[in-house]
Amino acid sequence: MVQYSEKVMQHFMTPHNVGEIKDADGRGEIGNPVCGDMMTFYIKVKDNVIEDVKFKTFGCGAAIAVSSMVSDLAIGKTLEEALKITNKDVAKELGGLPKNKMHCSNLGAEALHEAIKDYQNKIKEKQ
Amino acid sequence: MGNLENNRIFFDNASTTRIDDRAYREMLPLFKKHYGNPSSFHSFGEIPEEKMEKARMSVASLIGAEKDEIYFTSCATESNNTALWGIARAHRDKGRHIITSAIEHYSILNPLKEMQREGWEVTLLPVDKYGIVDPHDVKKAIKKNTVLISIMHANNEIGTIQHIKDISDLAKQAGVVMHSDCAATAGIIPLGVNALGIDCCSFSAQQMYGPKGAAAIYLKKGIKMRPIIIGGVQERGRRAGTENVPAIAGFGKACSIAKLEMEDNIKAITVLRDMLTEGILKNIKKVKLNGHPEKRLPGNVHVSFEYIEGESITLLLNSQGVAVSSGSSCASAALKTSHVLNAIGLSPAIANGSILFSLGKYNTEAEIKKTLEVLPSIIEKLRKMSPLS
Repeated sequence: MVQYSEKVMQHFMTPHNVGEIKDADGRGEIGNPVCGDMMTFYIKVKDNVIEDVKFKTFGCGAAIAVSSMVSDLAIGKTLEEALKITNKDVAKELGGLPKNKMHCSNLGAEALHEAIKDYQNKIKEKQ
Repeated sequence: MGNLENNRIFFDNASTTRIDDRAYREMLPLFKKHYGNPSSFHSFGEIPEEKMEKARMSVASLIGAEKDEIYFTSCATESNNTALWGIARAHRDKGRHIITSAIEHYSILNPLKEMQREGWEVTLLPVDKYGIVDPHDVKKAIKKNTVLISIMHANNEIGTIQHIKDISDLAKQAGVVMHSDCAATAGIIPLGVNALGIDCCSFSAQQMYGPKGAAAIYLKKGIKMRPIIIGGVQERGRRAGTENVPAIAGFGKACSIAKLEMEDNIKAITVLRDMLTEGILKNIKKVKLNGHPEKRLPGNVHVSFEYIEGESITLLLNSQGVAVSSGSSCASAALKTSHVLNAIGLSPAIANGSILFSLGKYNTEAEIKKTLEVLPSIIEKLRKMSPLS
């Protein structure tokens, strides 16, 4: 039996911010179904601050909990602050993750960073 | 007699089974009252030895073997290891080639990997999309230096039952020893060593409503096998170490119960299996039944749900009190999708969404109904979360 922390189970059972944002300012995707985990993040940005985050995740309990936690951590942060969120921070906030889940399922921060980069690239293109 | 205690439902009978009360009671006097060592010459050894030999008779009788063709071990993994190493080493003068299939249990595949490191040559036969080994492939693989063929009777994961007799006929013609891992079938479906034509097989008590800690090797009279656990002369020198007498007594009882009640169990479990399978396929879209439509174990329902991942399904079912297992990479310690699912050609994405419901004699219709009630919403919840659907 996989031993997940209480916090992981809470986020897995009732994940926050599940869904898509149709007119998202940035979209980031990481992983693939072959390896067992895939996450897509959508962000809404206003005045350099992340106003809203939604995600969709294919993956195990840890992957879903990680996505939920990342979305919570990112909302209200400036882009610079959000880019500083690490996978390690996310695991810590979740009360730890089983060792074998640290690499494959703990990709949420990277998916968020991809969404931010996507937003920044779009801004650059406009300029 | 259901498993509904604490409202929990056990659909993981392929991993282990609840011990039958009658087998459990058989064990009890052997812990404190008759604790002697069966090898002792004094009176304390008498009853333990008697009980052990009675158990040996029951185990032999279940599979149509002679009493002295049964050797007790601690688990099916030990039986498989002993059969592979023991038979191979006893025949090394003839050659160093072994044939097996790609969907064997790890207790066959991993010892064979180890043997490859020691210079043995191993041929891994493929299976078709149902998980069946083609006897023609076996025929083609047999060489002059082949000493052993090991093909499982039924697969523990997808439940597919092999054409063992066709394969053992080929082994016989070529003078090759034929072993079969029968952990998933002994006590569950009819298993006659003569009808199957096998020289050796492995099975354990814990998968047929007996206790953990006792298992057996059947070795046909005249077939050579070296021991791998070496010490005293227990089990006629083929497996040293003081026997686990209580567990062996429970094993014997489980075998005699299985022999008497197997037919009824198969009928009842098959009805539940088909009810669950039909319920899933009817009420949930984008789901595939794996394994063979007919040649499968009576309690096996192995399905793949598209767009979602098996560990998540397992966790949500567990939160509803339903215990199942998954072949997804996330649910395995090695983080790889099941080798069995790869071998039947399931794409890793689909294999990752696979769930095994393995039913046993203690499951009830009420449990199937409850599972069919909670499953669709679990699948829907995860699919709503999935970027793939």
